[in-house]
Amino acid sequence: MSMSQCWCVGLVGSYGSLARFRSISRLLRVNDETVIAASGDYADFQFVKELIEQKVLDDELLVDSHSYSPSSVFSWLTRVLYYRRTRMNPLWNTYLVAGVHEGESFLGQVDLLGVAYESPTLATGYGAYMAQPLLRDAYEKNPAMSGDEAKTLLESCLRVLFYRDARSLNKFEIATVTPDGVTIDQPRAVETSWDIGKMVKGYD
Amino acid sequence: MMQRGFSFDLCGRNALLEEKGMKPPKTVKTGTTIAGLVYKDGIVLGADTRATEDTIVADKNCSKIHYLAPNIYCCGAGTAADTENVTMMISSQIELHRLNTGRKARVGMACRLLKQFLFRYQGYISAALVLGGVDITGPHLYSVYPHGSTDTLPYVTMGSGSLAAMAVFESNYRPDMEEEEAKMLVRNAIAAGIFNDLGSGTNVDLCVITADKTDYLRPFDEANVKGERQGDYKYRRGTTAVLREDVRIPYEVTEERVREVAGAESMET
Repeated sequence: MSMSQCWCVGLVGSYGSLARFRSISRLLRVNDETVIAASGDYADFQFVKELIEQKVLDDELLVDSHSYSPSSVFSWLTRVLYYRRTRMNPLWNTYLVAGVHEGESFLGQVDLLGVAYESPTLATGYGAYMAQPLLRDAYEKNPAMSGDEAKTLLESCLRVLFYRDARSLNKFEIATVTPDGVTIDQPRAVETSWDIGKMVKGYD
Repeated sequence: MMQRGFSFDLCGRNALLEEKGMKPPKTVKTGTTIAGLVYKDGIVLGADTRATEDTIVADKNCSKIHYLAPNIYCCGAGTAADTENVTMMISSQIELHRLNTGRKARVGMACRLLKQFLFRYQGYISAALVLGGVDITGPHLYSVYPHGSTDTLPYVTMGSGSLAAMAVFESNYRPDMEEEEAKMLVRNAIAAGIFNDLGSGTNVDLCVITADKTDYLRPFDEANVKGERQGDYKYRRGTTAVLREDVRIPYEVTEERVREVAGAESMET
């Protein structure tokens, strides 16, 4: 039975309430098996990105047909984040690590405190309040959903988040990891409907 | 003349006591997920049933859908005492108005009374309400905030579980839904709050209001039924053998009195 992961990230880098950078990627393809997504401080993400990219390079130089599995990357990231927390100098991020290794899929979340856990569904920021209930309900009803069903579900979550998170933009990327590898789709927008505006007149 | 509004005279003394280490009494809050929507024939209101005192569940099955008028109901989130009393007060004012005018109450009236009252207390009365009803002018749905602002929308949610419930509404709401579909959507929105928000829990209560009827469905969905106990510690009768029965109740005759019952017919032998 082949398993895969599917997930999405918005493309905005904010400076408080200013949408300063509207086309930056918060996804990192580690290798053919693993993808990382980050939220929080972008500079800290860039730092971690460079660390990981160097590690992957050094690993490839060994030419031993072994690459870091998603759970190893997750474990490493957890240790680094917790270490920084103990030194009271955290990397102010929340990471999602996902991938497929030897047919088994993996999905985990680590944050700036070093709190780490795995779950069939995960969401950070406002997603934890709005997307997670939708994801959990859909996963409960259909634990073996297909890649397309997962993508549709994620898009509907993103639509809700764009409606209700005042610091979001309608622009995102979706990454899918299957036993065949990693695909990161082109940046896209979701269709939105503002029709209820016609039903509203005044406030009392 | 009686002074109106809150008296802030004791605030200084309370602040001093708190500095010295006195802990103020915890309020009972309705953690809450409440929601309402407009469908084809009227309004569906929904609420969870958990009342919390900080991190303890004070009431597992409280009622958060309050009566204002036969055709107007109000869900309340925030401090339980505030929501309960505000709705009772406004309900009484509406009843008097109804009796005076001989007409069905209007939802817009309830909205005005609530917002004017809450604004006067500048947000100190922590009542966040979802007000809905059907009157002669049609269905109306409002959300009323503690500081006294109101919004009128086809679907609203309030309370700590409002984000979870709103996520469900934003994904699935359509104008002019049928009654069963509308009820299930509100049920699902409240369930999202119950299962994903710690301040909400237990059952889903619904209230369906149309021009002709009002259905107060409590509970609509018992989503958290306590497991049935499998074991039984009760000993069955006969477990202990009875060797001898000796009933002895000591009593003393203090007085003997014969009274004729008035209107009683003599017995036929």
